[in-house]
Amino acid sequence: MAVDPLIELRDVNKYYGKLHVLQDINLTVGKGEVVVVIGPSGSGKSTLCRTINRLETIQSGAIALDGQPLPEEGRALATLRADVGMVFQSFNLFAHKTVLQNVSLAPVKVRGRKKDDAERRSRELLDRVGLATQADKYPAQLSGGQQQRVAIARALAMEPKVMLFDEPTSALDPEMINEVLEVMQGLARDGMTMVVVTHEMGFARSAANRVVFMADGRIVEDRAPEDFFGNPESDRAKDFLSKILKH
Amino acid sequence: MDVLTDNFSTFGKGFVGTVELTVYASILALVLGFVMASFRVAPVGSFRAFGTAWVTVLRNTPLTLLFFAVLLGLPRFGLVLPFKVFAVIALGCYTSAFICEALRSGINTVPRGQGEAARSLGMTFGQTLSTVVLPQAFRSVIPPVGSTLIALAKNSAIAGAFSVTELLGTYKTLSELGYNIIWTFVWIAVGYLIITLAISAVFNVLEKRWGVAR
Repeated sequence: MAVDPLIELRDVNKYYGKLHVLQDINLTVGKGEVVVVIGPSGSGKSTLCRTINRLETIQSGAIALDGQPLPEEGRALATLRADVGMVFQSFNLFAHKTVLQNVSLAPVKVRGRKKDDAERRSRELLDRVGLATQADKYPAQLSGGQQQRVAIARALAMEPKVMLFDEPTSALDPEMINEVLEVMQGLARDGMTMVVVTHEMGFARSAANRVVFMADGRIVEDRAPEDFFGNPESDRAKDFLSKILKH
Repeated sequence: MDVLTDNFSTFGKGFVGTVELTVYASILALVLGFVMASFRVAPVGSFRAFGTAWVTVLRNTPLTLLFFAVLLGLPRFGLVLPFKVFAVIALGCYTSAFICEALRSGINTVPRGQGEAARSLGMTFGQTLSTVVLPQAFRSVIPPVGSTLIALAKNSAIAGAFSVTELLGTYKTLSELGYNIIWTFVWIAVGYLIITLAISAVFNVLEKRWGVAR
């Protein structure tokens, strides 16, 4: 259905010891699509997200990005990762660098940009996520929501083809969740290809093109958000939704 | 007091010898320790195995035995160098195993996510290690590396047994000349104190400047 597939997973299997965390996963994400992955804890959704840029290795199956199969560890993999932005649950900002350095480090080191250019561009991105005034602070001096917006700016600085979000709001206070979701919604509107693992059902409804529901290492449903939330097919999804939408 | 004033040049030579051994062996140990620590956390299995073997062999060999192996063993394979250079090699390699482990424990204090974030931005293993992980690891390894280098300074005394000029060895000359052995040792101890306290001072400054803020 997607015209131009950017991420393709074919029959992907992954084990942690005996635990079969990803079972025969097939997923295609097209250019410009926003795919939200939801599901109960331990369903493998974070692992799925992390296999896409090979932070987790897989035991069988194939993953391709923009038509290219994921290479083995090494320079080729680094080159490919540069095109895949990633935002983590725990932000993972470089603790020993200022906000501005966090954003401009990879463009200088990986893309070989000039420091001045990279910093000018970084300030633009910080402005875009509403943090232009915080550029010279250290990550520990910012709130969680601010740190996560810096992390998004840092990923965007590489001009990625696709952005992966691994539970970006799960470690945040409730009042900080919206500021991060707003930035993400803006990205979705601008046509960024996104894979978002989240528990934010509101975001899934409003920004997603497709909702992927995972349970026990399998993709149980893969549908448009209005269909999924309005009329879930599987018992597992009905059960999940009844639990989280009750309150 | 006469022991010192009468034989100042003997003490001086010994002191300079120990300082030289300490400085050169420290540089070698820091460089090798850094390389081995990188090996031990590398994504390539054979590098990790080499680093582990290096640490296991050198850390578990008595230093005196290692001196014998280097000073008497290497010439048999046609490698003939001044004893002083051999002593630096033996001391440096031995200490590098401890430096490696201190650095590795520092690397392990850096949260995993820091490295993951760097790699997900497209940095290579070397860039991740040098720009993100090691600068943060460095802060927590300043105290143990300082201790290791102080131990190195004192271990350098073993080189005296292999006719390298160093501080402890001066007692032989002086006792032959009939000086009081107790006072000789006191002044030798003072010499070592100067060196080890200097190392402590340097590392205190480093810690103040770069250490983890609490």
